[in-house]
Amino acid sequence: MNQRPALDISDLPTFGHGPRSPTWWGTLGFMALEGTGFALAAGAYLYLATLWPNWRLSAPEPNHWPGTIVTLLLIVSLVPNHILNGYAKQCAIGPVRIGMVVMSLLGIAPLIVRWFEFPALNIYWDTNAYGSMLWVLLGLHSTHLITDVGDTIVLTVLMFTRHGYSGRRFGDVGDNVFYWDFVVLTWIPIYLLIYWVPRLG
Amino acid sequence: MSSADLTSERDLPPEREATTRGDLVPERDGPRDTGMDDASLHRWLARTWRTPPGIIGALSSVDHKVIARRYLITAFLFLCLGGLNAVVMRIQLSGPQRGLIGPDLYNQLFTMHGVTMMFLFAVPIVQATGIYLVPLMVGTRNIAFPRLNAFSYWVYVSGGLFAWVSFALSMAPDVGWFAYVPLSGPEYGPGKRADVWAQMITYTEVSSLAVAVATIVTVLKQRAPGMSLDKIPLYVWALLVTSFVVVFAMPAVMITSTFLILDRLVGTHIFNPAEGGDALLFQHLFWFFGHPEVYIIFLPATGMVSAIIPAFARRPAFGHLGLVLSLIAVGFLSFGLWVHHMFATGLPKLGASFFTASSMLIAIPNGVQIFCWLATLWDGRPVIRTPLLFVLGFFFTFVIGGLTGVMLASVPLDLQVHDTYFVVAHFHYVLIGGSVFPLLGAAYFWFPKITGRMMSERLGRWHFWLAMIGFNAAFFPMHIVGLWGMPRRVYTYPAELGWGNINLFISAGAVLFFLSFVLFAFNLVHGALRGAPAGDNPWDAGTLEWATSSPPPSYNFARIPVVTNVEPLWAEREALAVATGLRVDARELIISTVAEAHPDIREKSATPSIWPLLAAIAVGGTFLYSIFTPWAIVWGAAPIAITLIGWFWPKGDPEDEE
Ligand code: HEM
Ligand SMILES: [Cu+2]
Repeated sequence: MNQRPALDISDLPTFGHGPRSPTWWGTLGFMALEGTGFALAAGAYLYLATLWPNWRLSAPEPNHWPGTIVTLLLIVSLVPNHILNGYAKQCAIGPVRIGMVVMSLLGIAPLIVRWFEFPALNIYWDTNAYGSMLWVLLGLHSTHLITDVGDTIVLTVLMFTRHGYSGRRFGDVGDNVFYWDFVVLTWIPIYLLIYWVPRLG
Repeated sequence: MSSADLTSERDLPPEREATTRGDLVPERDGPRDTGMDDASLHRWLARTWRTPPGIIGALSSVDHKVIARRYLITAFLFLCLGGLNAVVMRIQLSGPQRGLIGPDLYNQLFTMHGVTMMFLFAVPIVQATGIYLVPLMVGTRNIAFPRLNAFSYWVYVSGGLFAWVSFALSMAPDVGWFAYVPLSGPEYGPGKRADVWAQMITYTEVSSLAVAVATIVTVLKQRAPGMSLDKIPLYVWALLVTSFVVVFAMPAVMITSTFLILDRLVGTHIFNPAEGGDALLFQHLFWFFGHPEVYIIFLPATGMVSAIIPAFARRPAFGHLGLVLSLIAVGFLSFGLWVHHMFATGLPKLGASFFTASSMLIAIPNGVQIFCWLATLWDGRPVIRTPLLFVLGFFFTFVIGGLTGVMLASVPLDLQVHDTYFVVAHFHYVLIGGSVFPLLGAAYFWFPKITGRMMSERLGRWHFWLAMIGFNAAFFPMHIVGLWGMPRRVYTYPAELGWGNINLFISAGAVLFFLSFVLFAFNLVHGALRGAPAGDNPWDAGTLEWATSSPPPSYNFARIPVVTNVEPLWAEREALAVATGLRVDARELIISTVAEAHPDIREKSATPSIWPLLAAIAVGGTFLYSIFTPWAIVWGAAPIAITLIGWFWPKGDPEDEE
């Protein structure tokens, strides 16, 4: 078919941050589907909890402290996370490198505490359905935590190589910040569900 | 809006000094397509966008058309395998007490038939059609996240192989396509068969979810400049809505299959009522996915119908906005219906009434769509060719399926015919009428674009009539034998019941229907080898995929079109408005804004890579191993991590850097 030039786009930039970039939308898509998974797992928990009048099925109360420490660590990590985002937008390599190292450490810290959270549930996954659901919920979130921390560490290393000086990499840092927010936000309802909802009734 | 508006200052993104700000290596600029003559442009783009030669090259391909072709062929092979399952079942059922097949094999046969058709044929083939067509229709050069797309294909193939190798080893699932507990649970489902079901679900859903995300981002961010929301082709809308339904429905079945495998493998009690779990929870979770699944299959088919009808009615679709709104409404409503699959489980009465009402409500947007299509045909000057014939076949069949569906939505009737052949008849009318017929029409319609050649029109008509007669002969009498009380999923029946003759008739119809696919396969091969050359736009249709050559070059469009109309090729007959200024030595494409599709970024698209295949092998191996031990997840983590790092680590191409 014949063509007729009608628009010149040669001056467009070659990368963009946030909702301008397709990767951001892809990340949002994955958050939507993983969030649905979280919601359904939580729904399954609540379904069973309302089905059985003696929910917790006479299991001992979990020790909430490891979980509470994880929660506090995660919430605190949001502050450097967003400072990092600002530097990524300015494409400032020095502060971004420092920020990525900080975020890697702030990812590893809750993971270590998480290790102690499982025994603090005071029940095994194969004791009864209550135990199963606690392990499932905690396991589901831990998987996200581990993969995101792994991702952050790889990206940190990448930022220290010559590949770090590119707009696309700074965009990746922005998306990493975005995904970490998601990991923190999904934890809050699960934390409440595991440690506090059964104490209500 | 005229194309001149697009270049006005108001619409262009604000000047930014992106490349000079911050700590960036200054962009290495390359040659642009501005003012380049056609021959050099083709030489440049062909070199930049080609799939590398050789086996490794082929396995590294990230071209959406190459991946889609593989998907289409693989899904068609699975259709044939699933069809063979069905033919074998029908031979066994063609007379009372035939001894061809025992109950154990029969259980595997109907389960494999069901899972193959649903997970390995129907969903992959509609998504594959989208992988091929959506980037062309929105006027871009590749799908978003091309490597993820390649990965999805490899995971899908491994899932299919896994299921069928299990079948060859007599290890196939035998618990029905929805694998209800407790039958599939640890107590009643010994051996590995139910685990095979659970993990094949995981493979296929990982793959569908990946394709859905890639499709959504392609539609939202890669549309040609000027293709604002109201100018998106209806087929693309259908795939967009479908992809959203996938994103919110498929996690449910992954959760279901994961819970099941946990119960079976590590002794959790999620579905075990004796230890505080619940068996009905399985059904809720499964059907939260299962009902939308029907629409995941059906919505893209309606998109195909909306593309075929205007082309043959010779006018744009009547009620474009109404059609879009109905698609969205169906997408939403599909999540409110799942419980109608569970009427026989004794739910609270009020709940059941709610789901009856919403099941009937969904007839409204579907009715609107059918009305708009008929109005388009009525007002146009229809040219009856094979694609349109299949669309007419779809109307006829789908309306019958819809009618029995409304009947089943009323609880008393459902209780009577639950688990009989009436239900088998109903869902084949919906699935085959609502999805396979439009797909066949779509095959005739887009085959010329994919291969550059036409399929035979004469064979096409034979195919159509053979399929219609075979299909109705096979499935209409199932309603009757179902009302007589013949249950589904039985491997035989006693002669005294008097079901012999009608079943013989059904089986003959099934064989006829199967033969229609043999004829179709012949027509495909014959068309690909001997068909008349098609030219760019054999049907004189109006959407962008017809603006490029058939088959399209690796880079799809020499220059990205600028869109001013829903049917751009009808609006601008002499010359297509295009954008200039992209680099030709790197894989550049245009990223545009979500609503208005203003050009915003010159983004680089990923280059070919073998890593998606390696990652799929690592992921697939982990899934396979995990039916034997939960430690597979731990051992599999390292190879998965390595392959993913290999995938994302920049290799220094221009595509990696900016
Ligand atoms: C050659 C064409 C086909 C024939 C002759 C056929 C025949 C049958 C028969 C006889 C059954 C019932 C088996 C039983 O309950 O004992 C069945 C079940 C089923 N069919 Fe088909 N079918 C065909 C195509 C399809 C297609 C294209 C789809 C989906 C897109 C499909 C989806 C299913 C499903 C989901 C089941 C239920 C399996 C289960 O009970 O778990 N079929 N089919
Ligand atoms: Cu349904």
